[in-house]
Amino acid sequence: MNVLIKNGRIVTASGERLSDVLISGAIVAEVGTNLAPPDGCQVLDASGCVISPGFVDLHTHMREPGREEAETIETASRAAAKGGYTCVVAMPNTDPAQDTVAVVEFVKLQGERAGLCDVRPSGCITLGRLGETLVPFGALQAAGVHVFTDDGTGVQNHTLMRRAMEYAKDLGIVLAQHCEIASMTEGAVMHEGSCCSHLGLPGWPALAEELMVYRDIELCRITGARVHILHLSTARSVDLVRAAKADGLPITAEATPHHISLTDEQLRGFDPLFKVNPPLRTRDDIEALKRGLKDGTIDAIATDHAPHAPHTKELALDAAPPGMLGLETALGVVLAETDLSLAEVIDRMSVAPARIAGVADQHGCEVAVGSPANITVFDPEITWSVVPEELASKSRNTPYVGRTLKGRVRHTILRGEAVVVDGEAKK
Amino acid sequence: MKHFLDIAEISRESLIELLDMTANMAEINRRPVPKVPALRGKVVATVFFEDSTRTRISFDTAAKRLSADVMGFAASASSINKGESIRDTIETLEAIGVDAFVIRHKTGGVPATVTKWSDASIINAGDGANQHPTQALLDSYTIREHFGGQDLTGLRISIVGDVRHSRVARSDIQAFTKLGAAVTIVGPSTLLPSDMTGWPVEVCNEFDSVIGESDVIYMLRLQRERMNSAFVPSLDEYAQRFGLDKSRAKRMRAGSIVMHPGPMNRGVEMCVDPAEIPNSLILRQVTNGVSARMAVLFKLLGAGGIPEDEG
Ligand SMILES: [Zn+2]
Repeated sequence: MNVLIKNGRIVTASGERLSDVLISGAIVAEVGTNLAPPDGCQVLDASGCVISPGFVDLHTHMREPGREEAETIETASRAAAKGGYTCVVAMPNTDPAQDTVAVVEFVKLQGERAGLCDVRPSGCITLGRLGETLVPFGALQAAGVHVFTDDGTGVQNHTLMRRAMEYAKDLGIVLAQHCEIASMTEGAVMHEGSCCSHLGLPGWPALAEELMVYRDIELCRITGARVHILHLSTARSVDLVRAAKADGLPITAEATPHHISLTDEQLRGFDPLFKVNPPLRTRDDIEALKRGLKDGTIDAIATDHAPHAPHTKELALDAAPPGMLGLETALGVVLAETDLSLAEVIDRMSVAPARIAGVADQHGCEVAVGSPANITVFDPEITWSVVPEELASKSRNTPYVGRTLKGRVRHTILRGEAVVVDGEAKK
Repeated sequence: MKHFLDIAEISRESLIELLDMTANMAEINRRPVPKVPALRGKVVATVFFEDSTRTRISFDTAAKRLSADVMGFAASASSINKGESIRDTIETLEAIGVDAFVIRHKTGGVPATVTKWSDASIINAGDGANQHPTQALLDSYTIREHFGGQDLTGLRISIVGDVRHSRVARSDIQAFTKLGAAVTIVGPSTLLPSDMTGWPVEVCNEFDSVIGESDVIYMLRLQRERMNSAFVPSLDEYAQRFGLDKSRAKRMRAGSIVMHPGPMNRGVEMCVDPAEIPNSLILRQVTNGVSARMAVLFKLLGAGGIPEDEG
């Protein structure tokens, strides 16, 4: 089966050029202009669109196994494909948690069965994400896990985290931290600031994140482990990572679309849709995150796609779970809200996260002859608004209803197969 | 506006109208038969997801004095924590037929959220540490009744204690300042909101320096569990620094008054018997609570609602 993408443009740091791309099998066979479709070839129009390496999400909560009422690996994969993602790292806070080879193999298998996206399970750092006992890193690595995290919580015990880093250094795996000092955020429902004080709600202080960012930077300094900081949300966190990188430490970081587009003011209506961890912060934090993305302090945009069944988001703010959808809106938010160039967007959403996830042999590769055909074709100019009922995700907790987004995915090609065509998932 | 959720949404003019209406209701309550047919045929549901017998009885009495039918629903906090749906509760009661829901919840925002699921009027009877607007109305009325005048201009009001966790303080500060009073909040920094940008108040961390300067000393309740999260070192120490005791009561300005939203914590914030203070209006607040809640119910269900604040 061949696929020919016609009249798109390939954007790289050194410029852009109009191109057709011919895919044969799972490989890019030809790049050029006026390519003729071989017999039986599927032709995809890409007029006005960018032909980009498929996006890679470092932070997807697929909810399977354990919370299939909110999302399954299949529905999350479909949402990912529609959002232009050809690879996602599945977060380990499932039930059971991704702390054994069996669970990790199950997640991989479900991803393969869905066949819409390359699903790469992450592993926990501690068994059951309880912060007590390290997981069998070596066995999980042998099963294909490269990124380890207790996401949803941070590893609180300093010595345990130090040991994890010392051990991880030997294996070359990535330890990704959800930075939050739990004792400072008990009962929190939103960012601790003037809005929170006004509403009388318990707050997540910025410091609760920054202290752990700082701790992990210093542990990284003494251990040399590969550390990735998940969903940076405060200005000071960005400064800390910038300084750590200037010192040459092997640290990477991500930011989410919602943390660069929404503030704590959204909580004034008390809608649990806007409850997320880490919380929506302030305008100043947004500006700092955008500067960090622009100058490369923040390597990647990651969605923290966190589906929740509708009834759970109708509970009171303290009882409702934190998290919002992200896969299908990420590109539209990034193009609408940032001044990143197209080449920078491709870097932050594909190239850099592919490198961090350890999948750079398959994803985030420049669209060129011989490279793997994991490709997304997106229109960077089109504006659109989100209709929750049209989302592929099983849940509806998008915070972007009523907002105009810019840029939308048209086609997604996974291993040479067009899994999304003209915005519609093909399976 | 058919709801009564938040003092911030109510203009100074509407607030004064509500105070005047409260005065009318107080007149009714002084009659030998304190009952009028104003809301006959209307159904008021009191839905208390958090226990508060006092507030529920006050609303209950207010609705009955206006001849409304009252439906009571008490859901224990524990079943709500297990994820019982507020929406289901509201929709079920509404299907029976309700004109106004009076809602109390331990978490801020629940009454506002319920407006999305119901066509009835929603009255906030206290939500988390957010708002308790009928308390602000009855407090403002009690102060105005005592000092006279149309509003509270020129009065110095000190609100003492756990402002951080207090819905009463948030509503009172908004109401008192809209009505022209100068408000000082008094307490240790641990019990004050962490960021008070834009709050129209003075802040003081020491009770003794405001005691002789205030026309109104408004004591807030300190919940005993605050000790557990290190908000105060001990209840004793709190009582010493911020409790109203005999010696502080003596130093109060002539003509000044003491208020408290109840229930009092004897030996913590109240270290003196209110009966021994010349100007304790604490029981007056309770009496006026019924009149204020009658005013709100009548405005919403019998007089077309409260105008939106254009400001
Ligand atoms: Zn997280």
